[in-house]
Amino acid sequence: MLNKESGYVKKELPGNIAKIGTVFFAVGLILGTAGYFIEPVRASFSYLVAFMFLVSVGIGSLFLVALEYLAGADWSTPFRRVSEFLSSSIPLLIIFALPLIFNMNSLFHWTHTEAVAEDAVLQGKAPYLNSSFFIIRVVVIFGLWSLFYYLLSKNSRGQDSTGDQRLTKRNIVLSGIFIPLFAITATVTSVDWLMSLEPHWFSTIFGVYFFSGSVWASLAALTLIVVLLKEKGYLSQRINNDHYYSLGTLMFAFTCFWGYIAFSQYMLIWYADLPEESFWFLQRWTGGWEYFSIVLILAHFIIPFGALLSYPAKTNPRRLKFISVWILCTHYLDLYWLTMPNLNVSGFVFSWLDFVFPIGILGLIILIFNINAKKYNLIPVGDPKLQRGLDFTLH
Amino acid sequence: MNENKNLYGVTALFDSANEIIHAAKEVEKAGYKNFDVNTPYPVHGMDRAMGLKRSTVGFFTLFFGFSGTAFILLFAYWTMSVNYPMVIGGKPFFALPSFIPVTFETTVLLGGIATVVGILAVFFNLPSNNHPLHDTDYMCSVSNDKYGIVIEAEDPKFNENEVTELLKRLGAKKIHTVMNPGKESFPIFEGRFVVFLILVVLVVCGGTYFTLNKVLYLEPFDWMLEQDKLIPQEKSTIFTDNKGMRTTIEGTVARGYLPYPFKGQTIPTETLANPLLPTKKVLEFGKGKFLTFCSPCHGNYADGDSRLHGQFPNPPTLHSARAREFGDGMIYHIIVNGQNTMPSYETQTTSEERWAIINYIRALQRAKNAKPTDLQEVQKELGVNVK
Ligand code: HEC
Repeated sequence: MLNKESGYVKKELPGNIAKIGTVFFAVGLILGTAGYFIEPVRASFSYLVAFMFLVSVGIGSLFLVALEYLAGADWSTPFRRVSEFLSSSIPLLIIFALPLIFNMNSLFHWTHTEAVAEDAVLQGKAPYLNSSFFIIRVVVIFGLWSLFYYLLSKNSRGQDSTGDQRLTKRNIVLSGIFIPLFAITATVTSVDWLMSLEPHWFSTIFGVYFFSGSVWASLAALTLIVVLLKEKGYLSQRINNDHYYSLGTLMFAFTCFWGYIAFSQYMLIWYADLPEESFWFLQRWTGGWEYFSIVLILAHFIIPFGALLSYPAKTNPRRLKFISVWILCTHYLDLYWLTMPNLNVSGFVFSWLDFVFPIGILGLIILIFNINAKKYNLIPVGDPKLQRGLDFTLH
Repeated sequence: MNENKNLYGVTALFDSANEIIHAAKEVEKAGYKNFDVNTPYPVHGMDRAMGLKRSTVGFFTLFFGFSGTAFILLFAYWTMSVNYPMVIGGKPFFALPSFIPVTFETTVLLGGIATVVGILAVFFNLPSNNHPLHDTDYMCSVSNDKYGIVIEAEDPKFNENEVTELLKRLGAKKIHTVMNPGKESFPIFEGRFVVFLILVVLVVCGGTYFTLNKVLYLEPFDWMLEQDKLIPQEKSTIFTDNKGMRTTIEGTVARGYLPYPFKGQTIPTETLANPLLPTKKVLEFGKGKFLTFCSPCHGNYADGDSRLHGQFPNPPTLHSARAREFGDGMIYHIIVNGQNTMPSYETQTTSEERWAIINYIRALQRAKNAKPTDLQEVQKELGVNVK
């Protein structure tokens, strides 16, 4: 009965999606492992970028799910499952973090006891920046996220068969707990994995910076998949321009938000010009990194800003697909720009490894999505907000 | 066709959002163009029901927003780099990052204000703010809990009876005819209103002045002003001589500030020799120091064209025969001692900086008084044809 209302008939995704995912993942896994034996340090850094991409899309998507519940939004209900599926990588994070944890010595300067012994600054930070506390934080945070992922998605899926409205209530409460927790844990994660690569540097806005990029990329992934699925007829055909427009507007908003945060971080450091802060940006302005910085300003803010400004851009499926792919690539570049200059301090060094890991991670995301899409409905057919979500009009 | 010249239109009230959407659809289908819908809140799907095209207001906003961007960037450039250039925090005169916040704000502000004013101007037909629907029962109802539609008499298809019939058929609860207001009056220009405006301006200005200059210095607000710290030029109770600013111990020599042996002489009998060679590096260094310390009065090229707009007597050009014949030591002497109205720059510059400045002044002098032989040398050095 519910399925009829939404006009949704469950269809299997085409089989070659699983094939593409497997091939990508296998290529990433094999070449990545090979690369690790050739250049272990470079491979660790390269993999860290890819891993952070997985983290940011995963938790960004879970944040979007929680936000929908908390804000009582109904427009996004017809495709909330897409975000749920994207966040299903969260329970796996701890496994994919293992290679990094085993290579902490190559990644994090502060793990070298002899370096810390000579360095008053690092000694001061040692109560926080030490290997055992780091691992505890990682386990606790990934565990918490997994817990919330598990509860939120279990309730959401439970509704498919029962249509029980209390589950929505329960998820609203869970979201209310998750979002403040998410603010803290996402900040800690970004500080631990990215900012502490340069343990002398500090920026209090760093967590927000990471959050803005993370939600931006999650929205792009959501938009891309929604447009693709809708076009191929896997989602309800009643998803219309107004849904697209809202997705586009959110991407636009987070483009501005990222620009605002990135600029705030830059301007305060530029203005005060304190050597202990400004060196981080100077590193990213020498030896070829300056081109990355310029491309980042253009590709992460100016181009998407212009591309998403007008109404047609936010409703035209082709443009939406293009800009979503653009955003995902740029988010990867952003993480790359945060990470890599800490390895190649004096200047950019090319390595084929940097292309291997993103392919593997992409394959992984596709695989996980496909498995979920096989098992569960692509539309939350039992959600009481679904009807209103499908009826959604803007003006 | 409309026979009654004074008729503005026919209004109808409905009870629910669904009814008004249906009514709007039907009125549009019936071929009416000049009709409008008034609801207590934005009803989703109304644009489509009324057959409205996308509004072009966005372009208006965009245009004014970008005007704001352009205006404020030019304004910042003119004030900060042309009219009153000042070195702030060692940043360049045109320090773009520090202008970004104000650029953003002006963009948003101008875009926003222009849009609101533009919309008001168009809707209210300013300066008149009289709309026939103002103060009607209809307006009171639709700004409370009813949903209204009005078909204007200007519509080419308008016929009072037909329109009333149509609205009745659609299930309207109340149908009224609305007349145009008889006399055009502009309440904005009424004496009472103008006086009221002036009063508002006076109260706001006075209140702001009073708050910022008086209230904020009253008891609980002035806490930040009371600080247990030494304020320059103020007396201190800590030291027996009550001087807040301490002098250095007798005989202290600061790094880079070697004492000058001929200090205080007006016409020095002896001067120092320049220890620095005019290498590229020294000239670059001297240029920076000259631009910082000397150029505000002497001008960027030592022409004596100060940037101080008469707040300080203009110095003479340093390209005069007199200044060119000064030995390096003499200019050094002037920097340390000052000369007549020119103050001493002893405490601001180290001796190395002074010599570098002098080398740079020499380069300027040579450039302003270049001889043909100089040109030939440049040609040789650069391998180009300089005219
Ligand atoms: C506050 C403005 C001001 C600044 C800053 C300033 N000067 Fe002067 N300077 C003057 C004035 C005014 C005179 C003319 C004094 C007089 O009447 O003899 C002068 C005169 C001179 C003369 C003598 C010119 C002559 O023909 O007698 C020299 C040389 C000179 N300045 C060099 C410098 C150098 C080098 C600096 C930078 C360290 C400097 N000045 C900074 C105002 C200034």
